[in-house]
Amino acid sequence: MTSPSVEALASGPLFDLPLPELWFVLVFGLLGTFLFLDGFDFGAGAIFATLTDDDAREAVLSAIGPFWDGNEVWLVVFGGALFAAFPSVYAGLFSRHYLLMFGILGALILRGLAPEMYEQRHDERWQRWWGRSFVAGSILAPFLLGAFAGNWLVGTSRSFTVIGIVVGITVTALTVVSGAAFLRLKTRNALPKTVTRIGLGAVVAYLLAVVITLGVLTVRLPAGVDAVLSAPVLVLVAASVALGVGYGVALRRGWNMVALVAAAGLTYGLIAVVALLMYPSIDPAAGLTIREAIVSTLPLNLMSIGAALLLPLIVTYFAVLYSAFSGPITPDEAY
Amino acid sequence: MIDPVLASRFQFALTTIVHIIFPVMSMGLAPFLIYFTWKDIRGGDPVYEQLRRFWTKIFAVSFVVGTVTGIVLEFEFGTNFAAFSTTAGELFGGPLAIEGMMAFMLEATFLGIFVFGRERVSDRLYMISSLAVGIGTWLSAVWILIANSWMQMPRGYELVTEDGQQVVHLVDPVAAYLNPRFGYMYVHMQNAAVESVALFMAGVAAYYIYRHHVWGNKTKNIVFWHKTLKIALVALLITAPLQVLQGDLYARHIYETQPQKFAAMEAVWNTESYVPEYIFAIPTDLSQLTDPRAKELFGIGIPGGASWLASGGDATAEIRGLNTFDTEAPPVAIVFWSFRAMVGMGFWFILLAFWGGYRWYTGELFEDGLLHKALMASSLLGFVAVELGWVVTEVGRQPWVIQDILKTSEGVSPGLTGSEALITLVGFVGVYTAILSLYSYVVMRIIRGGPPDMSALESAGDRDAPSAGVPGDD
Repeated sequence: MTSPSVEALASGPLFDLPLPELWFVLVFGLLGTFLFLDGFDFGAGAIFATLTDDDAREAVLSAIGPFWDGNEVWLVVFGGALFAAFPSVYAGLFSRHYLLMFGILGALILRGLAPEMYEQRHDERWQRWWGRSFVAGSILAPFLLGAFAGNWLVGTSRSFTVIGIVVGITVTALTVVSGAAFLRLKTRNALPKTVTRIGLGAVVAYLLAVVITLGVLTVRLPAGVDAVLSAPVLVLVAASVALGVGYGVALRRGWNMVALVAAAGLTYGLIAVVALLMYPSIDPAAGLTIREAIVSTLPLNLMSIGAALLLPLIVTYFAVLYSAFSGPITPDEAY
Repeated sequence: MIDPVLASRFQFALTTIVHIIFPVMSMGLAPFLIYFTWKDIRGGDPVYEQLRRFWTKIFAVSFVVGTVTGIVLEFEFGTNFAAFSTTAGELFGGPLAIEGMMAFMLEATFLGIFVFGRERVSDRLYMISSLAVGIGTWLSAVWILIANSWMQMPRGYELVTEDGQQVVHLVDPVAAYLNPRFGYMYVHMQNAAVESVALFMAGVAAYYIYRHHVWGNKTKNIVFWHKTLKIALVALLITAPLQVLQGDLYARHIYETQPQKFAAMEAVWNTESYVPEYIFAIPTDLSQLTDPRAKELFGIGIPGGASWLASGGDATAEIRGLNTFDTEAPPVAIVFWSFRAMVGMGFWFILLAFWGGYRWYTGELFEDGLLHKALMASSLLGFVAVELGWVVTEVGRQPWVIQDILKTSEGVSPGLTGSEALITLVGFVGVYTAILSLYSYVVMRIIRGGPPDMSALESAGDRDAPSAGVPGDD
């Protein structure tokens, strides 16, 4: 019934690669990419709250306009990859944190609709409320995503926990770090100097929040202090401090691209810490390891081929998009 | 407290029924936008630039709302239907992940260029962007319908018990993913999307044309609306007959492969041959509302019609009745009436297309006020027909979520409580009502604003004039 090629694909992992571990890395890599790319949109939304000038607000919306929808798709792909590679984890995790997931969705809906609505009318009341909605969605989405990641890591089945709140604040601060660098890069002189100060404040707050998170994790993780004080985690924390300092220097001097790259480094560093602390488990609440939760060999191989072909293409799409809109974007550019 | 199974079903129904509007709009607009972009870039008639700009505005807002409501559906498989996701994840998760990577990424990134980048990129890259967005939206439907068609007609799998739960294992990917159902669904869905958008365009254009020619309320951009109506009519003349002809083949395929659904569509309880095609049937009393044909008080039927349609020409063909299946029947009345309303509209759209085509031929397209009114009244009916078609597809396969493998009631998350499910259901009723209202409001504003004035565009930026100069400070 099945062809020889299908049998070959079902017999063992492709090229004898450690596919379950690679998918573990990929899933977290996708989450990290989402947190960085949409993170600067979220951060821009938070910084939007501090701006009172009409032109400055328009400048923020124009800066994220062409990008945010594509950036948000990384969350869809993260969900899809988790579903395809670890279906029981996807099912368990999402249903366990039921209200939290819908909180995230609500925040994303608000963040996505608000700029679209904001631009529709130019009377003051309308723009004030849609501006507030945009800010609320932009702050709540990363906070709740952080809470989700924190709960996932410690394996709690409750949605509102101390670790959730702490990681939520950490992630929110991180998005402001990215957002400040992104806005500096994309809006030449349209924004006041305060954006730089916000970025500097956010990076200090972020590093403090990381330390507090690790402190809480020493209590909440089974391996506790040993896990948190392991060499790889300490290296990542040290690298984060260095990146944070580099970010601050770059932002002050107006090396905005360098600052944005440093923010990306911070984001992937944070995700790497979470993944390291979780490994080799992938669903601590259900006591499932990567190897137990992985989908069977045939679909795993098919998905691996699909991802290997498509991910380089996706990188190309983003390269085309970001190079088409390289440099500052002015509010005149719209359909 | 409400049953979490019931709340989850309602919530999924609500969120899909609202969501499908936006992809239908974007998938249906895509071929038009590619055509407008092509004509615009090739130069010549400036009306094509107006067409591209105007319909891109509606495309963009539909895409944004489609994105935020689409993520909800993906998450709901995990949040509300965890048992389904665990059982079917091996076959179902893959197409979803590939949809995200292959299709959604393509459309969402090039959308940025297509909507915001006309002045920044070359004509060639702009044309490529419009193609990428259009192909992306149509590819999205490929993977979603591959996943859905497998649930209608599962193949290429084996059932294994893991930790006390039945889990589907992929055995033959070719059989599972190149499901014969997929082709029927894809053609029916994509053609429906183009047909719905053609009806919508025709309805909007008819409104302006009626005002201009019949009422004498002159519109500056009447040439734009003439062009819109003609292009929409061409699309309608192609899609409307195709939809009904292909729909007939699709229904025959359901008769052969999903007999329980077909019996519900025709309300056949006992296996019979020479089954009439009921156009209308009313039950004897209200307690039998769930069964439009049981002891019908009044029924109009074409003798042997249902058998004839099902078998493709044999009026004596046997149709298996709902009573012969082991499981309870789907809600027959919903399926029976939705099917009839959808098919009825399908024929009405053909009539509209020929009516418009005939008026065009006689040179009276812009003078026939009754045609304009009919088009205006039908502008949203394509979307209604799509919704009804999905109701037939999805309600018609109940009680199964995966035909003959998993019941919907068994697919719901085991840990979900009634209060949690109720909170989100109530939340969605509120949020989705707001989303639909806002979407309608924005689309109405775009339509009222009309096409961009090309002479004004040359000088300044092209946004709506910022009227009130009040700074929004808070």
